[in-house]
Amino acid sequence: MELLTPGTGLIIWQAIIFLLLVLLLSRLAWKPIVASLKEREQSIQSALDSAEKAKIEMASLKADNEKLLKEAREERDKILRAAREAASRLQDQAQTEAKRTADKMIEDAKAVINTEKAAAIRDVKEQVAIFSLAIAEKLVRKNLADDKAQKALVETFLKETKLN
Amino acid sequence: MKKPFLTSKTAFFALLAVAFFTLSIPNFAAESDSTQTKPFDANEVIIHHVLDDHVWHFWDGHYGTLYLPVIVYSSERGVDIFSSHRFYDEHHHVVEYNGYKLEHNHIYLADSGKAVLDLSITKNVAMLLINATLLVVVLVSVARAYKKNAGKAPSGLQSFFEPIILFVRDEVVKPNIGHHYEKYLPYLLTLFFFILFGNLLGLLPGAGNLTGNIAVTAVLAIFTFLITNFSGNAAYWGHIFWTPGVPLPLRPIIMLVEVVGIFTKPISLTVRLFVAITAGHIVLLSLISLAFIFQSIAVGAVSSLIVLFINLIELLVAGIQAYVFTLFTALYIGMATEEHDHH
Repeated sequence: MELLTPGTGLIIWQAIIFLLLVLLLSRLAWKPIVASLKEREQSIQSALDSAEKAKIEMASLKADNEKLLKEAREERDKILRAAREAASRLQDQAQTEAKRTADKMIEDAKAVINTEKAAAIRDVKEQVAIFSLAIAEKLVRKNLADDKAQKALVETFLKETKLN
Repeated sequence: MKKPFLTSKTAFFALLAVAFFTLSIPNFAAESDSTQTKPFDANEVIIHHVLDDHVWHFWDGHYGTLYLPVIVYSSERGVDIFSSHRFYDEHHHVVEYNGYKLEHNHIYLADSGKAVLDLSITKNVAMLLINATLLVVVLVSVARAYKKNAGKAPSGLQSFFEPIILFVRDEVVKPNIGHHYEKYLPYLLTLFFFILFGNLLGLLPGAGNLTGNIAVTAVLAIFTFLITNFSGNAAYWGHIFWTPGVPLPLRPIIMLVEVVGIFTKPISLTVRLFVAITAGHIVLLSLISLAFIFQSIAVGAVSSLIVLFINLIELLVAGIQAYVFTLFTALYIGMATEEHDHH
């Protein structure tokens, strides 16, 4: 069967040429092709990786922002609360202060009035004493004439002595 | 007699079935006239096509045959180089030349009948050179495109070959060999493209049957055999000569089987590719020959349709056989270099 008995020449040629082909293609074709493919795959992979990293960074940045915002809000609330407390405290303080001042003024006024009142009463008493003495003096003088005259005198004096 | 089928094959591949019948039948008839008594011998035509030859016959006539150079060496005569034209007289009959005679494509010394070392550029060697040149030209230009398009999307030939290269790397080599696959990748890629190109070139009209020649497939299988066994690790040889996990009395028998297995692997590779491609060519030529056996245009028309269909299958087979050869080579290398850590 000639199909199964090839010439030795073809075997030798095939061995030599195929070996050369492997060496030549390894160096000129497969090495650059495989290297480029690998490089491209790596660059794609690294691009994907960095995209993923950017996404994570973005998310953490957003979380950070939210945290900052939350903190700022809390800070604001705290400050407002403190301010409100301070304001109400100040108000209370002012109120008590005013009340105290008013009370003191009232008390002072009362004291002055009492003193004035006492002075006035003393004055009145003195005046009454003086008038009484004067009336008495005049009565005593008239008494010397008659009763009727005395009585008229008393009345006259009484009319004169209007507590002015 | 082989001219009609070659013409028809040419016509077929150009998808000019009509041209095929108008051209080849008259030619065939004309030739039958000249040879008169000799009937059409499909067997001879077919076998002649699938075999190697010292001439490259395209069509009958003065310019239809390419006479390839003969290079022979014998201890008696030394090296001799001459055209294979010398073996043929003007009627295309084989004659002796300069003390050499040609018998069944083998060259012998005419006086002693001793076979000489025949390093001729035969049809298949010429096909081999064409195949190798084409591979280098195409793949080097693809490699150049990678340099030119660095950092850019692939273009042209590069984008055609890239998926094939990636397929071989990712589906054939990587899964079978494992993480140290890169060392074997150049050989396996070369193997794949050599067989693929060889198979496809062989389908061209008038082309030689390169990858359907047992010498070619055997050499490829021997390369695989050498690479497999030279990269075989201790575990590989351990499994062959003293298989672990097998009862002691059985081990010598397993060893025998395993040792035979070392050699049946390359033999199966050789035979599978050789048979697949040669059988495809024989089927195609047989169908075409029907037209000449029955001497009927109707039969020819029908068989042409079937041939068209079979040819599409052959295109598929060309790819599948390149894939299978590469796959098994990767598998064998993978088995030989696998790290066993289960015992």
